[in-house]
Amino acid sequence: MSTATLPVLDPTIIEFDVRTDEMLVNMGPQHPSTHGVLRLVLRTDGEVISEVIPHLGYLHRCAEKIGENVTPIQYIPYTDRMDYLAGMNMNLAYSLAVEKLCQMKLPDKALVIRVIIAEMNRIASHLVGMGAYGLDLGTFSPFLYAFREREMILDLFEEVCGARLTYSYITIGGVHDDLPDGWVDKCQKFIDYLKPRIEEYHTLLTRNQIFIKRTANLGIMSKETALSYGCTGPVLRGSLDASKGDTAWDLRKTEPYCGYETYDFKAIIPPFAEAPPEAVLGDAWHRFYVRMLEVLEAIKIVEQALRRYRPLREEGDKLRTEFERKQNMLSAEDKKKEEAKLNAEFKTKYSHRLAPPTHLPPGEAYMETEAPRGQMGFYVVARPAKDAVPLRVRARSSCFCNLSVTNEICKGCLIADIPAIVGSLDFVMGEVDR
Amino acid sequence: MTSADIISALEKQFGDKIKGKKADAIDPWVVVEPADLPALCRFLKTDPALRFDLLNCISGVDYLEIDPKKVAKAGFEPHLEVVYHLSSFTHKHRFVVKVLLPRWKDGKAGELPEVPSLASLWGTADWHERETYDLCGIRFTGHPELTRILLSDDWEGHPLRKDYEFPLEYHGIRGR
Amino acid sequence: MGVLEGRFEESVITTSLEQAINWARESSMWPMTFGLACCAIEMMATGASRYDIDRFGAGAFRATPRQADLMIVAGTVNYKMASRVRRLYNQMPDPKFVIAMGACTCGGGPYYKYGYNVVKGVDLVVPVDVYVPGCPPRPEALLEGLMRIQDKVKGMKDLTKNQPLDVPIPSRTGYVLVPPELSTPELADAWAKKNKELATPAKA
Repeated sequence: MSTATLPVLDPTIIEFDVRTDEMLVNMGPQHPSTHGVLRLVLRTDGEVISEVIPHLGYLHRCAEKIGENVTPIQYIPYTDRMDYLAGMNMNLAYSLAVEKLCQMKLPDKALVIRVIIAEMNRIASHLVGMGAYGLDLGTFSPFLYAFREREMILDLFEEVCGARLTYSYITIGGVHDDLPDGWVDKCQKFIDYLKPRIEEYHTLLTRNQIFIKRTANLGIMSKETALSYGCTGPVLRGSLDASKGDTAWDLRKTEPYCGYETYDFKAIIPPFAEAPPEAVLGDAWHRFYVRMLEVLEAIKIVEQALRRYRPLREEGDKLRTEFERKQNMLSAEDKKKEEAKLNAEFKTKYSHRLAPPTHLPPGEAYMETEAPRGQMGFYVVARPAKDAVPLRVRARSSCFCNLSVTNEICKGCLIADIPAIVGSLDFVMGEVDR
Repeated sequence: MTSADIISALEKQFGDKIKGKKADAIDPWVVVEPADLPALCRFLKTDPALRFDLLNCISGVDYLEIDPKKVAKAGFEPHLEVVYHLSSFTHKHRFVVKVLLPRWKDGKAGELPEVPSLASLWGTADWHERETYDLCGIRFTGHPELTRILLSDDWEGHPLRKDYEFPLEYHGIRGR
Repeated sequence: MGVLEGRFEESVITTSLEQAINWARESSMWPMTFGLACCAIEMMATGASRYDIDRFGAGAFRATPRQADLMIVAGTVNYKMASRVRRLYNQMPDPKFVIAMGACTCGGGPYYKYGYNVVKGVDLVVPVDVYVPGCPPRPEALLEGLMRIQDKVKGMKDLTKNQPLDVPIPSRTGYVLVPPELSTPELADAWAKKNKELATPAKA
């Protein structure tokens, strides 16, 4: 950490009559700004922190043990409860891992729906991230604004799957149901509503002088540190520098899944022209701003996906009605043939869900996806014998890795800055502890 | 670099220290002895053509069939595996390294098997190894502070072992 | 109120001290921010713009147990957290109330069977007044739970009837003593067999 980060620590400024001893301060597990039940033990000298020891496990819910006792479809609801702010993305990560193991190829419509839903959830998750970060820093209004918009997304999700938070909508072989009638228009209407609102958030937080003073030049993480600790997602991207030729590390770009390679979007990495002069690459402000820009990119993806969904649905409906119209006129043999043709067409293109596998093929697969908080990976090991229950399910949690860097970036800062730094990592304890 | 190239590069460097490989798996992997693991990983991380600078995940897998009816058809001998998933930021390729271990060290029940720690190579390994120790019961030698991370310090047993018995109570709170 | 009713000007009302205190208590129920897991997000949503728990006087989420009357245990409690839950509960001033929000706090929820580390219901740790089931419960359900707490406060009689304010904390382990005939699996099998025999009618 450079000395420039700590202007107050200049020994000539610190008063000589303040004599301090080193002490241990316990923060959490019940603390309003630790995003749940994280416990930090701070070794401090007065206000200055020399070591941060995170203690985890206050939300350990045995998800991996459950995974090796239930079938993949039964496990989908548990993945919701890992990262409960981005349940759809967790569903997607586990479904993709199992599909990779079973080597399933999904129909186009299922992929498009998945992309729409996953990106909508990314927006919702980043909105909460923004609102909660505001709360950490002592401002309440962004939280209210963020939840206003988030409730609208939850309404859309509720229409799709009936749940507000734990969806279990994306499942093995596609998605659980097709999008309801008229949903696409509602979604488009919401996107049109949201776009100008992003500017409001920038006024509220990003360009707010108090916010900049509290986050810029704070908790600076170098690219090397981030990579060594396995940080991914916005936390890593906030430390990359496009002007130095760093690749934009986003799994949607580097190892595309669900057809992300066909969408037009950018992986967000600094430098930003809008960055205030105080902000340094890799600080809390940059991590926050990457998230804000990712919302815009997600909107772009959703719009494109919605445009793709409409013709797919119309064509599929047309084919089916055509078949139904003429099926009475066909002989039994022809009808069977036509039906098989239709089913094959639906299987590759127009269906929203394929039949899930009855048992897992022997082998193992590790699949990572770009969840809002970073790379969420699932490692599924199937039994060599024919069985529907996997031998082992391992969840590679993005927040777990992102959180492990806390000690490195908090060294030398003040106690009052801990919520700002820890909040900028934007972790969810459910995913850290699993 | 494709995984076949990575495997051949490793075989060229380490020869018969590569104890097993599977190039046609979904995620191709090689198996090494625990003692050779740090050297292999250092090579994987530092070699300019490989440059695996991200350690994604360390998982412990307990291969044990507890259902007596299924043991005959289980298809594996009881053992533990530590699986390292690596990826490269620079070259955008992935690879898997595995270490096979006995379920108990020297066959003595209660003695945890040992693997050298990789915490000095990748920062990720620090917490992941603690977690693997905590849940799967694998001791990582040379780890700076190998303590339980998710469960409380006075917990007994390692829950992701297949023969783990769920506690009936913990400090006066019933478990079932 | 008997003889006093209607004898004063309009701005004067008569009530009993207890009712007045209960009314004040129920309409300024200050919850503690005790978000543990997924339900905490729904609790946040209840506090946020659309559902607005402030309408019921319970919007002042306090970060410290010393200023709170109501503990909304929102999310899974595990063994590592259980002692902290009880410690926080003990720090709250009387009278205090607990809402168990969500299936996990009501009884283990989805983690009941394989959750080796999950407390099977927070009522094993602290006394619970209202259970709000759901995984997670909708904000409306939480508001309903809050109203039930307010009903409970309305009926409190600690001044007149000397009703105790604090509820005993559960100290039981939850175990039932196993009768000697069931103590080992063999004995239990034999017992079950014998029972079966007794239950089947003798053939004529």
